[in-house]
Amino acid sequence: MPQVTLTVNGKTSTVEVEGRTLLVELLREKLRLTGTHVGCDTSQCGACVVHVDGESVKACTVLAVQADGTQVTTIEGLAKADGTLHPMQEAFREYHALQCGFCTPGMVMSAIDLVQKHPAGLSEKEIREGLEGNLCRCTGYHNIVKAIAAAQEVMHGRVQTLALAGD
Amino acid sequence: MNVVTPFEGIGASVRRKEDLRFLSGRGQYTDDINRPGQAYASILRSPHAHATIGGIDIAAARAMPGVVAIFTGADMPDLGGIPCGWQIHNKDGSPMAEPMHPVLAVDKARFVGDAVAVVIAETKAQARDAAEAIEVDYAVLPAVSTVTAATAPGAPLVHDAVAGNICYDWHIGDKAINEAAFAGAAKVVEFDLVNNRLIPNAMEPRAAIGDFDRTTDEYTLYTTSQNPHVIRLLMGAFVLHLPEHKLRVVAPDVGGGFGSKIFHYAEEAIVTWAAGRVCRPVKWTCERTESFMSDAHGRDHVSKARLALDANGKFLALHVQTLANMGAYLSTFATSVPTYLYATLLAGVYTTPSIYAEVKAVFTNTVPVDAYRGAGRPEATFLLERLVDVAARETGIDRIEIRRRNFIPSDAFPYQTPVALQYDSGDYQTTLDAALETAGWASFEERRAEAATRGRLRGIGISTYVEACGIAPSAVVGALGARAGLYEVGTIRVHPTGSVTVLTGTHSHGQGHETTLAQLVTDRLGVPLAQVDVVHGDTAKIPFGMGTYGSRSLAVGGSAMVKAMDKIVAKARRIAAHLMEASVEDVEFDRGTFRVAGTDKTKSWGEICLTAYVPHNYPIEEIEPGLDETAFYDPKNFTYPGGAHICEVEIEPETGITTVVNFTAVDDVGRVINPMIVEGQVQGGVCQGIGQALLEACVYDAEGQLVSGSYMDYQMPRANDLPMVSVATHVTLCTHNPLGVKGCGEVGAIGSPPAVINAVVDALKDYGVRHIEMPATAAKIWGIINAGHRLAAE
Ligand code: FES
Ligand code: FES
Repeated sequence: MPQVTLTVNGKTSTVEVEGRTLLVELLREKLRLTGTHVGCDTSQCGACVVHVDGESVKACTVLAVQADGTQVTTIEGLAKADGTLHPMQEAFREYHALQCGFCTPGMVMSAIDLVQKHPAGLSEKEIREGLEGNLCRCTGYHNIVKAIAAAQEVMHGRVQTLALAGD
Repeated sequence: MNVVTPFEGIGASVRRKEDLRFLSGRGQYTDDINRPGQAYASILRSPHAHATIGGIDIAAARAMPGVVAIFTGADMPDLGGIPCGWQIHNKDGSPMAEPMHPVLAVDKARFVGDAVAVVIAETKAQARDAAEAIEVDYAVLPAVSTVTAATAPGAPLVHDAVAGNICYDWHIGDKAINEAAFAGAAKVVEFDLVNNRLIPNAMEPRAAIGDFDRTTDEYTLYTTSQNPHVIRLLMGAFVLHLPEHKLRVVAPDVGGGFGSKIFHYAEEAIVTWAAGRVCRPVKWTCERTESFMSDAHGRDHVSKARLALDANGKFLALHVQTLANMGAYLSTFATSVPTYLYATLLAGVYTTPSIYAEVKAVFTNTVPVDAYRGAGRPEATFLLERLVDVAARETGIDRIEIRRRNFIPSDAFPYQTPVALQYDSGDYQTTLDAALETAGWASFEERRAEAATRGRLRGIGISTYVEACGIAPSAVVGALGARAGLYEVGTIRVHPTGSVTVLTGTHSHGQGHETTLAQLVTDRLGVPLAQVDVVHGDTAKIPFGMGTYGSRSLAVGGSAMVKAMDKIVAKARRIAAHLMEASVEDVEFDRGTFRVAGTDKTKSWGEICLTAYVPHNYPIEEIEPGLDETAFYDPKNFTYPGGAHICEVEIEPETGITTVVNFTAVDDVGRVINPMIVEGQVQGGVCQGIGQALLEACVYDAEGQLVSGSYMDYQMPRANDLPMVSVATHVTLCTHNPLGVKGCGEVGAIGSPPAVINAVVDALKDYGVRHIEMPATAAKIWGIINAGHRLAAE
């Protein structure tokens, strides 16, 4: 069986996989990082999004062997070691951008990449367009859009602390 | 400790306690659980909608690598069928047809996706490979996939013993009075409509793990369920014949339900039973493609409606005939949806004195259909609110005015409808006024004119609705055919240091109960939110429960907690009275402090809790130690949330694409515990309703093949398909539960679809459109516009 060596959330592992094993299966089943979810079998829901070498990727569309030698970040690797949340995680909580939480890891990982790629900032419409690959059945996206809009200000250093959602 | 924390109590938009684990990838959903030594199940499903099964050859599959066992229906002769939880009676009083629903199809497959065999193997991939190697000898039969086809003369029978494919032919209301009212009407509006079939699509696919402990003979099922105790009862008592004390059901974090995870599914019984047979844990995780063809679908009604009006536009009578698709088998609550959750809501917010509804439930060769967010009430609301708009147009009365003329006035509560329900409270004029104001109804024509300068067709639509939540009381639903009680259970477990664990029989799968229910405790007992934990979803931890559906968790489950807290406070006051040497009647309790009335003698919550568990100075002869109380609460009535939804759309004539540009919801959900969560629930519900109205269609072809069986064919609403949703509440309190709450989980999905379609029809008013069936897709609208029948502008 092929061997894959990759660094996930700063920790390097070497695992044996089948040729057909998907990256998401490697993460969930071999490394027991179950924060990355599987919501479909046609690469359309985005529940599985992780960052591979800094880019958001649907982990259900990448073979584990293709991820050999890469740096992978999953939802488990976002917060700082002291537990401080990434601004995007913080914004999702503040703006009630999650209900059942199932789409959330993929949504957060996609949102971070989206914001990083648009240093000038994203409008509501651009955020909605940027979430094209992520399905959420619970929230209606309203609060997800608001959370991302608020988080981008912190991520780009335009404000020090997250704008509060109010009551 | 003992800090009064008003900002965490009732009415505070507390940020959710559960979010930290979900946001850091530490949620634990069923598929995240792995049991030592587990094997994996893969289910072979019928590719045919209707076929006899001549034989199943498993020899080749059995020899494949990693295969542990293969089972077919023939291996399960002792298992019961999947039960239906609600018996409906026909017009003539005879019971409905209730054909056996075997766990695995035995001699016939009745829908595409019907489970035929299960392979247990060392890995998921091996199980799947082996399932593909099973040879099934099918003889394909003609199939029926729609209620219209299934009720046509000579239609193929889904179940040989069910004549005409009719499960039941039921009615409610007084036919003679109804006919008389129509005979005397100044105007009768007739209207046919369809409520489109939907696929719920919670983002977490279903999963189940069966586990068997040989030392104790105990089974455990981990499952994606909204109601683990109900599954234990249905599966244990009816299917596997296991007593409750030998069966534990755990529903851990669940990634959305919307009704589709209420029901007992065959796969739960399969993995539990198989775990006993192979003496290993057996795990099954549904793939999305399988979800489409095995999760219970929703809606799917075909109706004819007639409304009688007097010369002033007052509604005199309503007559409704509905064909409701049950699918191939009766799912857990399927039979109650088009009857007691639908026809009983046909009065809506109006004083219509006579209503007569006839409902035929029909078997077809499709996936079973059951409750989906709103369950029956969206179907009733869509019918009524479209009908009222059509009536307004055909009588020439303004659509707001015709509603106002027929509203149940706010001083008429409690209001008895002609279709069994008694509404306890509401204020429909006020929610309407608030919605009109927020949406800028009065200035709409300016926006329509402005849109026209950009070549867009702009329309506005409204729906004013009421619904029924917190289904109950048990005695009433029992008399109507429910085979269960519908009370709820809450335990308040106060620990020696004063922190609290709540055990609730309800289940949270996105609703935020870990926060909202904890707020009830904080508000009443004064314990800081951080020291209150809510536990749900495990029959081994929670005394009992009926679960979460029909927006019942707060109205019924929260009320059970209030009852349990009453017991806690009563006992704690007696302990405090002893410590302060006062009489119990003189001891007051207010959020964490016990006080002898009119004095400055106090005891703190922490002191009383400690005393209850360290009873050194304690009236041990009179009061038992400990502070741990359980209450069962059986509701006195349904709750009746209502409100007004207004939708504004713009249509691009060149493409037929409809964009929802504004959406305003003003809902009366009773007392609001956490406004942030209520808003989120309404936004989510409204967006599911917009999905139903504009995008989502579950389509079967005439042979019973599921055409819309993936995210490529079934259009789920994405971020760019949806608007921001303005949500406000106007509260009238529920009069019969101790919290005054009504429920907010379904209002969005109930109120919104007719508001959207009314707006689309309004936008197309110059094209002579009377009605557009949901979903109002771009293709349909483009067709209407390009039929070229634009009327002269009015
Ligand atoms: S699991 Fe759905 S896109 Fe990857
Ligand atoms: S929060 Fe449930 S799917 Fe997005």
